[in-house]
Amino acid sequence: MRKDLKTGLLLFLVLFLLTGILYPLVITAIGTAVFPYQAGGSLVTGTVGTVRGSLLIGQEFSGRGYFIGRPSATAGSPYNGKASGGSNLGPTNPALFSSIDARIADLKTRQVPAPFPSDLVMSSASGLDPHISLAAALAQVPVVARERNMTEDDLEAFVLSHAEQGLPFLSVEPYVNVFLMNSDLDNRYPLSSPPGES
Amino acid sequence: MTGVPATRFRIIDSVEKKIYRFIGTDPSDEQDWRGYAMAMLIFNAIGLAVLLFILLAQGWLFLNPENFPGFSPQLAFNTAVSFVTNTNWQAYSGEATASYLTQTAGLAVQNFLSAATGISVAIAVIRGMTRVETDRLGNFWVDLTRITLYVLVPLALILAIFLISQGVIQNYDPYVAAQALDPAAGVQTIPMGPVASQESIKELGTNGGGFFNANSAHPFENPTPLTNIVEIAAILVIAAALPFTFGRMAGDRRQGFALYAVMVIIFILAFAAIYSTESAGNPLLDGKDISGDYLEGKEVRFGLGPSVLFAMTTTATSCGAVNTMHDSLTPLAGMIPMTLIFLGEIIFGGVGSGFYTMIAFALIAVFIAGLMIGRTPEYLGKKLEAREMKFSLVTILTPNVLILVFAGIALVTEIGLSAIFNPGAHGLSEVMYAFGSMANNNGSAFAGLNAADPFYLVSGGIVMLIGRFVPAVAMLALAGSCAKKKTVPPGIGTLPTYSPMFVIWLIGVIIIVGGLTFFPILAAGPVAEYFIMIGGG
Repeated sequence: MRKDLKTGLLLFLVLFLLTGILYPLVITAIGTAVFPYQAGGSLVTGTVGTVRGSLLIGQEFSGRGYFIGRPSATAGSPYNGKASGGSNLGPTNPALFSSIDARIADLKTRQVPAPFPSDLVMSSASGLDPHISLAAALAQVPVVARERNMTEDDLEAFVLSHAEQGLPFLSVEPYVNVFLMNSDLDNRYPLSSPPGES
Repeated sequence: MTGVPATRFRIIDSVEKKIYRFIGTDPSDEQDWRGYAMAMLIFNAIGLAVLLFILLAQGWLFLNPENFPGFSPQLAFNTAVSFVTNTNWQAYSGEATASYLTQTAGLAVQNFLSAATGISVAIAVIRGMTRVETDRLGNFWVDLTRITLYVLVPLALILAIFLISQGVIQNYDPYVAAQALDPAAGVQTIPMGPVASQESIKELGTNGGGFFNANSAHPFENPTPLTNIVEIAAILVIAAALPFTFGRMAGDRRQGFALYAVMVIIFILAFAAIYSTESAGNPLLDGKDISGDYLEGKEVRFGLGPSVLFAMTTTATSCGAVNTMHDSLTPLAGMIPMTLIFLGEIIFGGVGSGFYTMIAFALIAVFIAGLMIGRTPEYLGKKLEAREMKFSLVTILTPNVLILVFAGIALVTEIGLSAIFNPGAHGLSEVMYAFGSMANNNGSAFAGLNAADPFYLVSGGIVMLIGRFVPAVAMLALAGSCAKKKTVPPGIGTLPTYSPMFVIWLIGVIIIVGGLTFFPILAAGPVAEYFIMIGGG
């Protein structure tokens, strides 16, 4: 027993140093050397050098001229990066239906036509989902095009150029990154641009 | 584990030898089941003590750029037990509670060591089943070291680098304040941290403790459809390899393949069930003019199919990582993960623990079959007697008793009920799922339940400890008993334990044991909720 305790302590020390200290440091060293952009969070920097967000982390969009993303159930505020998580609302919980009704009402005021894409009325698992389905983006094209003074055809082409496809057989629905799309919109078709330009 | 060809891994081999010299163990000096179990318990007690210390003291320690204070004593107890027992039940939100030191040197260390402990016990059990007339089951220190050095660390390294290439972060930076694109959204805090190193071993070791609260749904843990599939494969790979290890060590690959077949068949059935029920959607939303899949609690980049595949993989094994909020699954789809947990997580199972529990089921199946057809119950030539049956039953029934007793207490006390989030039948599911998950060391949750409630913290910690170590010690005792026996050559009265008939029989025994114990609960929880849902409320 006493010998086991000594052996156990020594082995714990060795494996602690290996798996708790050396292992993460080696991965950090390799990761930052080979994939510095990804290891650092795929951060997107604005024109004046300020960080505007991460390509992988969704943001809340409510203002005019932006595509809106998934409803986010993170605590405090939507898309709160310090409180990832879903709504955890069960399928028969009345609170689920009232929140879905509220989002449908919101889509109606935004003049997004029915049928309402499920990803725009149901909250994501992480609360930080950066994506929406291509269908959900196309449904918003008329509204966003008007607010950005673009033709619907131009904006639709722009959306389609952002479409990503999941793996074959596993996730067949194409989707778009809302953060990336809105960021590109701001860069290429700024909100302040007068009608007809672009 | 029968000896690794040293020439192929010369560097690891020399490290291994140095470790044995340092810790003062002779690798050829094997332990009997008591010695093996004692070493295992002592090692895990050391791990528990160190992790408790780190959790309580993280506020005063380094690598804490967000200045998180130490865990409260109850939360530290729950969390330390949770990671040492390979449960990784999380009553805290990683990005708002745990320092980088806690994550890497505290939690991730136990991700490795609890996985290595489980595999070691499984290997010792296989030795017990396959050795003849000895009381020696192997050397725990050697098994643990080899599994860590040759299997877990190399696989985790490769997987972590792959994950970084896909966008999983790996740094020790402070959180980043981002000026959101939409001025109305203000400033968004983007969390940082050494995520990839944690993520890879979290899947490979079937641990499941997420760096972030949202676990594998978080884009920094699981950024693409490809990482999602790779993570699912990583959860399965070691547990699925063990039946083959078993077949090889038993000198009869068919024995391992039969157990593998049982796992694959139930896995496929469970996937068909969860996929078909979840794609049927929620009829209570009919009339709202919504198009597309039921996506509450799911991520768009995964879609419905891979989301539910992850949900069932994580509960077929003892992983407990989630990429989907199980609480929001439709009732019958949510019942599949719950059922897989209640069956004891043997469909591939937790690394090691799933396999030795499957052995317990196989022995019971052989014994019952023997009684029914009047043949001597034998498994791998070992006569099964009362002693073996007792240990098998302890292994299988311990989690079940824990679930029923503790969930029973929770359901009749105000303190237990007040943590429920979703009303009605779903609330019952939340409590049952919680204790099922903790007793079987899974770690996933119907996460609406307030797991930070002191009652769940303390009772959960006790449940996880008993649910982990009582079955492990019982199976070592069983192995010790089997190792002493002679091997009887298969005769005309031997039931072949590799035949398709035995595979079907074993599936039946598994479903009956799980089904009979939990059928009333499933009927009152998810099934009742299903009828409420299709009946329109």
